[in-house]
Amino acid sequence: MREMIGLIGVFSYLSLLTIGGGMAAYPEMKTLTVDTFHWLTADQLVRLYSLGQMAPGPNMMMIAGIGEWVAGPIGALAVTLAFFLPTGFLTFWVGRVWEHLSDWPWRASIQRALNAVSIGLLLAGVVAVGKAAITGWAGAAIAFSVFGVLMLTHMNPLPLMALAGVAGALLFR
Amino acid sequence: MSDAGNIPKVSIAKIFLAFLMIGATSLGGGVVGYLRSSLVGSLQWLDDETFVELLSICQSLPGLNASNMAILVGDRLRGAAGAVAALVGICLPGGLIMVAAAAAYGASHKDFPLVNAVLHGVSAAAVGMVLYVTVELARKTIAKPPDFFFAAATLAFVTLLHESVLLALFAVAPVATFWFRPRKDGQ
Repeated sequence: MREMIGLIGVFSYLSLLTIGGGMAAYPEMKTLTVDTFHWLTADQLVRLYSLGQMAPGPNMMMIAGIGEWVAGPIGALAVTLAFFLPTGFLTFWVGRVWEHLSDWPWRASIQRALNAVSIGLLLAGVVAVGKAAITGWAGAAIAFSVFGVLMLTHMNPLPLMALAGVAGALLFR
Repeated sequence: MSDAGNIPKVSIAKIFLAFLMIGATSLGGGVVGYLRSSLVGSLQWLDDETFVELLSICQSLPGLNASNMAILVGDRLRGAAGAVAALVGICLPGGLIMVAAAAAYGASHKDFPLVNAVLHGVSAAAVGMVLYVTVELARKTIAKPPDFFFAAATLAFVTLLHESVLLALFAVAPVATFWFRPRKDGQ
């Protein structure tokens, strides 16, 4: 029961940090789930994150996997609701209010400020995942190749992820 | 703002099924791309202008862009019930897959060197992919030196000072908002 309350508290807080994308919450997610509550190891979190990259839908559905590990299917449901409902209500409400404020000059100012902040948060997420996932030249080469190919071709990243899995099987065994 | 006149009549079931399809097929991260090709392209429930307008709201708020888009588009089409149908639809496939995957991966309590090696490769690739998505997003939102400065300040807060993300947000966002404050001469 205490674990459920912990899960709900942590993930409803984390959901509020996901400005600009789910990655923005990753550094804090690592701190809370690994260092503070010891629900899983840093390695397990990165691997769960990688599994999440292979799953379809919103990019942070891996949180359901954390809930499953800590407290089974009920934990997964609790984490998912905690993660999506608070921000969901906020978005719903702001979406309606925003429409009524279309002529308010500060609206553009706030939006521009949050755009810049969200890019910074995304980059911080990249650094956090990079530190955990890239442990040597081979990992760095994979990351750099995927980045380069996507920048040049704008292709669907899925075939690249599959290729990286094959490369991982050959390089990291 | 687009006016209410061009919003199509769509049933709750159709909204649910459309977002279930997006939730099930949007592999590899770029869920916003899948949303656009479905909602603006094949379904034609929104025009590009409305899509970008709703996306910019989502990017300014906490919550994932994909789930926030589902809520805003569902609300546009059929009010609160439409928002719920869209949110559940887009989250359901990935959520079920992750629960099954985590159960299979965690229940064994053994180390699978091959699985771990594959995931090690994929997680390295994910770093490259997320960096790409961030650069693409920055291209659209980082226009001038002040934008760049506030993005860098946020990154520094979180990465170098090891401050919490929330603190970085409250430290940088108000300053940036004041910097970009409305001016009478209009920029």
